[in-house]
Amino acid sequence: MTKNDMFTYLLGVDGDIKFYRMGQLAAEKHTKYILQIEKKKDDIESALTEHLRINGAYWGLTTLDILGNLKAVEQEAVISWVMSCQHESGGFGGNIGHDPHLLYTLSAIQILSLFNKTQILNIPKVSTYISTLQNKDGSFSGDKWGEIDTRFSYLAICSLSLLKSLDKINVEKAVEYIISCKNLDGGFGCTPGAESHSGQIFCCVGALAITGCLHYVDKDLLGWWLCERQVKSGGLNGRPEKLPDVCYSWWVLSSLIMIDRVDWIDKEKLVKFILECQDFENGGISDRPDDAVDVFHTYFGVAGLSLLEYPGLKAIDPAYALPVDVINRLFLK
Amino acid sequence: MHGRPRKSATPVDENASALKAAKIRSLQTQFLQNHHNNIYTKEALELNAKLLEINPEFMTAWNYRKLAFEHNISSQSEVEKADSDHVKSIIDEELRVVENALRKNFKSYGAWDHRKWVVSKGNSSTERELKLLNLFQKQDTRNFHAWNYRRFIAGLKNISDEKELQFTTDMINDNFSNYSAWHNRSVLLTHLLEKKVEGYFPKEIFLTEEYEFVRNAVFTDPDDQSGWFYHLWLLDQTVKVDMPIMVSSWPPCGSDINLPIANKVTFPIVLYFNETVKGLNSHTVTVETESDVSKDITWSPLSTNKFGCGQAWVRHLSIPHEELNSSKTYEVKIRSEDSQGITSLSGVPCSQPWSFAFRVSVCHDLQPDEGKSFGRITFTDESFCTIDTSLKSIQLFKSYFEVTKSDDEHPTSSKWKLEMIASEIAQYQELLTWAECKIGKLTLARLLMAHDAMMSTGTSITHAEEVLELYSELMKLDPSHYQYYKNEHSLVLLKQMTSCIESLLKYCWQYKESNSLNITGSICLRLNSLSLSRIGSFERLLWVQSLDLSHNQLHSIEGLEALQLLSCLNLSHNKLASFTALEPLRFLKSLKVLNVSHNEIGAHTVDTRRYLCSSPMSHTLSYDPNFEEFANGDDAKLVNFWEAYSIFGGLNLMQLDIVGNVVVDERFVLFLFKLLPQLKWLDGEELH
Repeated sequence: MTKNDMFTYLLGVDGDIKFYRMGQLAAEKHTKYILQIEKKKDDIESALTEHLRINGAYWGLTTLDILGNLKAVEQEAVISWVMSCQHESGGFGGNIGHDPHLLYTLSAIQILSLFNKTQILNIPKVSTYISTLQNKDGSFSGDKWGEIDTRFSYLAICSLSLLKSLDKINVEKAVEYIISCKNLDGGFGCTPGAESHSGQIFCCVGALAITGCLHYVDKDLLGWWLCERQVKSGGLNGRPEKLPDVCYSWWVLSSLIMIDRVDWIDKEKLVKFILECQDFENGGISDRPDDAVDVFHTYFGVAGLSLLEYPGLKAIDPAYALPVDVINRLFLK
Repeated sequence: MHGRPRKSATPVDENASALKAAKIRSLQTQFLQNHHNNIYTKEALELNAKLLEINPEFMTAWNYRKLAFEHNISSQSEVEKADSDHVKSIIDEELRVVENALRKNFKSYGAWDHRKWVVSKGNSSTERELKLLNLFQKQDTRNFHAWNYRRFIAGLKNISDEKELQFTTDMINDNFSNYSAWHNRSVLLTHLLEKKVEGYFPKEIFLTEEYEFVRNAVFTDPDDQSGWFYHLWLLDQTVKVDMPIMVSSWPPCGSDINLPIANKVTFPIVLYFNETVKGLNSHTVTVETESDVSKDITWSPLSTNKFGCGQAWVRHLSIPHEELNSSKTYEVKIRSEDSQGITSLSGVPCSQPWSFAFRVSVCHDLQPDEGKSFGRITFTDESFCTIDTSLKSIQLFKSYFEVTKSDDEHPTSSKWKLEMIASEIAQYQELLTWAECKIGKLTLARLLMAHDAMMSTGTSITHAEEVLELYSELMKLDPSHYQYYKNEHSLVLLKQMTSCIESLLKYCWQYKESNSLNITGSICLRLNSLSLSRIGSFERLLWVQSLDLSHNQLHSIEGLEALQLLSCLNLSHNKLASFTALEPLRFLKSLKVLNVSHNEIGAHTVDTRRYLCSSPMSHTLSYDPNFEEFANGDDAKLVNFWEAYSIFGGLNLMQLDIVGNVVVDERFVLFLFKLLPQLKWLDGEELH
């Protein structure tokens, strides 16, 4: 971002410097932070996150791409490591030798999409793994053990759409199940009757967006509930009367964008909140100011800023959670 | 990581961390070895339990326990099989491991799910599970995993909805700031209502008590959000029309429409419903005409989804040229043949049959002169004069308002609803005398509008001024959500303006010159410079042919697709930020003149209409492989023209103004020329 861009952004329409003092995005620091966590193996955090290493890779790599630094990683090494997480069933595990699950299968497909390499997959095999997890009522199990959750509906639908294989499942039934999880507040829960939660709402709205079914969403009702997630500090919470957290800059914002109600929140205040959660010394972004950083919140912070049109960042697609150019490359050709 | 303070690690910390990491990694390696070699010994299970206690999120480790469980049950000896305590001890051990894991992290998806899996095998006591739940629900009253597990146990053990409802009452009495409990209450009451349980059906029985219950909460702390959302749900339960209703149509009931003769006379019939419906086809809604009038095969929804549903539906009728006779009047009758077949998205049928009729005649005036050049149509004040109220077209939409008036007997509003809403209005007016509460004001505005909707006589809205004032106050009181209040304000304003013919006429202007009347019609509805950020009330505007919405703050024109007669549209000086925002134009096949100049098309990196517009990303439109060839190029910028290609490509525009948008450059203009070969005027310049 040039100095000029920054000023135009900060000055806004009214011409007064609104949030100049809060500092700006420490893009280089965050790039460094992401590149070093990949190598770090000797602390508790790395040991405790071994089971979701492939999710971590997706968060880190997508952040790098949004920051314009994807070239800094060794593409071949990443891809071969991702492929070694694949299970004989066709699904992916969170790490080498771990059991497969939709949670990790989507991340693997997303990483390959970032590098424009989905063609190296045995697509019929992967999509069969996913489609056999659909249940009679349209819902999805996360793996063969049968836990059901609308998160898994999103994972399956997003994965299959990226592989151009949505015809492998009963989309109508899948949509029907998601609708059956709609609540009094217009939001969605994990299963019918479960409370609305912003993360869950992203999954359901995202799945409905990808399947062209947003007309089932009560956009004004849900939009109002979502915009009321913004608290005084400018941050967003995930449910009423809870603390704000940077990760909701993704879950809430992307949902608001998909239903075109994002102007109902104060974007400047949210930008300020996210920027305040940066670790200016060592890079990375945390859930709230002065908390410990991690790659999950770094991704959600940077992706959130991209959704807020922060200058210098690549645009991210609110439904597929991948850069817009990656999605356009896949679908507009 | 959540809620852990940021601090730089000392060498001592780092050392300790490295030691712990090594220990965890060693446990993980041993566990994975056991897992891959199907080793389910007591030691192996203990090692796994140790690992799960440290990291309850390790899904593979829970899977291993399930495999071990199945292995140990199926490999029981005959003696063990006969001993029911043996199975029970295996189950108890699993429940113990889960409980330990939950003590470490009560938000662990894997742990809660493992418990569900084990409990589903049977042999568990309801009491034990409820005791566990009480522990975790006390510790964190909002833990949604625990609430989910509670609903699961209630279902598994057949605990009655009434009993669970009592639990939510107790939780709320304990602390009313418990959104999870309010939520569960709405779920349970919905069940009880559906099952028509005595004391909960019909709903007016429980609504009064619920209003009072939630009032106690919101009056105690008006700034706590928990109860307010529940109150909104109660309001919805009170006023909700339980079935789809056809609220308006073009042509209106009983009207006489007069159409100019061209090659053939084609005109749309539009049906507008109070909500999105499906199931309209030539069997459910019939059109009776004389035999020489031909009809489209069937009704089409005016919406982008591929599932055949929409709030507005259209069907075209045409009178062939050889049949045209200016002295003849054609009678058209529309009837819901099978109103049960038309349903809301949730499947509720339109149970009230309806029908209406209108007459069509043709006229020879206003015949377009093929040879004559097409003069530029402008929307400046000089183009218009005050309206002559004796105009034929005014008579037409007058009759349209009279029709809406005759619909007064709202089938669903009843005395109890009105009384309930009136009493709520009084309560919240009182609240606002002592509390400056934003959601209180918003609730009052919603209550007043609900009251008006039920009272609506089609002539005026009683509370519009008061509601507009409330929204203006809210914009000042809660600037973070300014745009939400602004949108609501715009919708109420439009409702007020379109509530009766007298107020609508103030915005109707007559074209001075008659040479373009076959395109514009004689009247233009000018809703320009009203600071509107959103548009609505389309059911009152189905007659509009020429519409000026310029100099507002619109970033979306959703709903405009219902105005099927629209031929001239001015959207200049608004906030339309992308071509996708123009999606509704796809359905406006009569559109000839369009002004979208001075908007923000191309100025934003985020497209908020991306998923509300048909596109290959949402599988609502297939990619047209001719596009690349057509656009003649392969650079990255080309992709920006795709939406313009897919939306404008289907239109027959003769005049377009698009200057003053970031997207417009030389290359784009060339692209437009190619895309719209019939264009006569572009940005005020005549094309040759």
